Amino acid sequence: MQAEEAPLSAKDEAIVEVHGVHYRIGGRAIFSGLDLTIRRGRVTAIMGPSGTGKSTLLRLITGQSTQQQGVIKVWGEDVAAMSHATLFAMRRRIGMLFQSGALLTDLNVYENVAFPLREHTDLPESLVRQLVLTKLQAVGLRGAIDLMPAELSGGMTRRVALARAIVMDPELLIYDEPFAALDPISMGVILRLIQEMNDALGLTSIVVSHDVRELATIAHDSYLLSEGKVVAAGTPLELEQSQDQMVRQFMDGLADGPVPFHYPAPDYVTQLLADSGQ
Amino acid sequence: MNGLLGLIDRPVHAVRRIGATVLFLFKIVAQVPAALRKPGYIVEQIYNAGGRSLIIIMLSGLFVGMVLGLQGFDLLQRFGSEDALGVAAALGLLKELGPVVTALLFAGRAGTALTSEIGLMRATDQLTAMQMMAVDPVRRVVAPRFLGGLIAVPLLTAIFNVVGVFGAQLIGVSVMGVDSGSFWSQMQSAVQTDDVMEGIIKSIVFGAACSLVAVYEGYHAAPTAAGVGLATTSTVVTSSVLILFLDYILTAAFL
Ligand SMILES: Nc1ncnc2c1ncn2[C@@H]1O[C@H](COP(=O)(O)OP(=O)(O)O)[C@@H](O)[C@H]1O
Ligand SMILES: [Mg+2]
Repeated sequence: MQAEEAPLSAKDEAIVEVHGVHYRIGGRAIFSGLDLTIRRGRVTAIMGPSGTGKSTLLRLITGQSTQQQGVIKVWGEDVAAMSHATLFAMRRRIGMLFQSGALLTDLNVYENVAFPLREHTDLPESLVRQLVLTKLQAVGLRGAIDLMPAELSGGMTRRVALARAIVMDPELLIYDEPFAALDPISMGVILRLIQEMNDALGLTSIVVSHDVRELATIAHDSYLLSEGKVVAAGTPLELEQSQDQMVRQFMDGLADGPVPFHYPAPDYVTQLLADSGQ
Repeated sequence: MNGLLGLIDRPVHAVRRIGATVLFLFKIVAQVPAALRKPGYIVEQIYNAGGRSLIIIMLSGLFVGMVLGLQGFDLLQRFGSEDALGVAAALGLLKELGPVVTALLFAGRAGTALTSEIGLMRATDQLTAMQMMAVDPVRRVVAPRFLGGLIAVPLLTAIFNVVGVFGAQLIGVSVMGVDSGSFWSQMQSAVQTDDVMEGIIKSIVFGAACSLVAVYEGYHAAPTAAGVGLATTSTVVTSSVLILFLDYILTAAFL
């Protein structure tokens, strides 16, 4: 399944390595033997039906939760074994974009983008302003600095969140469902921004999404998760051409297949008869 | 059988929550030095919490004072000592009504607002986003709000007392005809520093308790609309009971 382990050159050095991860929560196994690798400078797509644990995987990678088995290494260091200080130091090298944007509701756009700078640096206001305006210019929202988060559309919210995510110049950018609930134009804008960020800033990007076609245009690598495992890996093109049933169901958006339409339930007729009998 | 289990379950649950709240207090206290380095955020929260409650505190202070004026006059008149009305009103307000009523009102007004604010930040991933930006939400969000409440409650209590004494004076002296001179002079000579201290200590303890409950409930709210609603209700109920309980303990300790 997994792409063969070529000897690492500086170019495709692994930034994130996930080895044999098992994770259970609330008595339910989310991952049972997950393996994947995120390489430097590449856009990696992580796809899968909702509820598979894509967001959970991001939580494990960023040290918000810990797996019960297996190892996750980020920049070669075991996340689970990190001290609080090391973990926070690692997170400062990561920018994360939440599906909701997660802007701080009591701060305006300018202060939201300035937030990490104010927390982590003692830069003079003139420099903060310059940095914030540069990042907002990059996402096309320099004119929106005085707006409050409640006044932004979904697409604008995510662009502001993106500006905030890159203001500390991270090396790894993580996007959780960046296209969810966006109109086609906003989606196109975000898509272009992800690609630009990755190329212009020399970042590594992880994009979690189920918008297969959109991702295919920008992703270098992709992984398809289902039922706690990687069921397919390769370039988006390889996944597109795969004959695997599961992959086909996901790619073609079929209602029924290896992922059943029905949530596990007792036999329909038996249940109806039993219910009416009471 | 189920009922029996429930009876055992409840106290266990309650004890667990008390433990968790105390642990949370330690977490906050550990972040206080760092939070103090940015006093602007604390001032902002004093203004938020205090400003929100100021009007209802003053209104309630006035009415409580006026009721004290009426009831006190009626009671003291029976013993022919209505001149002591000033003392009665001042002691009642300083030692009991001021700290207790202010804290109850604070819990209902500012406490609930704190809980729903932090709860919503949790529900909309803002706290997680902060953690991902390597910012500790306990330092940046919780500690300033806790300190703000802790400082605001004694200040509000002082305002409540001043307005309350004014209300008692309004009824006692202006309406019931108690001698203004004896109202004030008796108050001045009878009220001791200890009485004032009791009120101040109570208001600080209540301020800490209300703020702790409010930030705890918000921070640990289930990240849904229903969860935030429940947490808000819980803030009012828990704070109110806690204030009255602590009031008894402190009163007993001071006697
Ligand atoms: N605290 C929790 N307790 C129980 N189950 C949880 C908890 N958090 C997440 N889950 C479950 O984990 C699964 C994966 O969630 P998530 O990672 O959000 O999926 P995705 O992002 O792929 O849609 C979901 O089915 C969810 O119900
Ligand atoms: Mg998700």
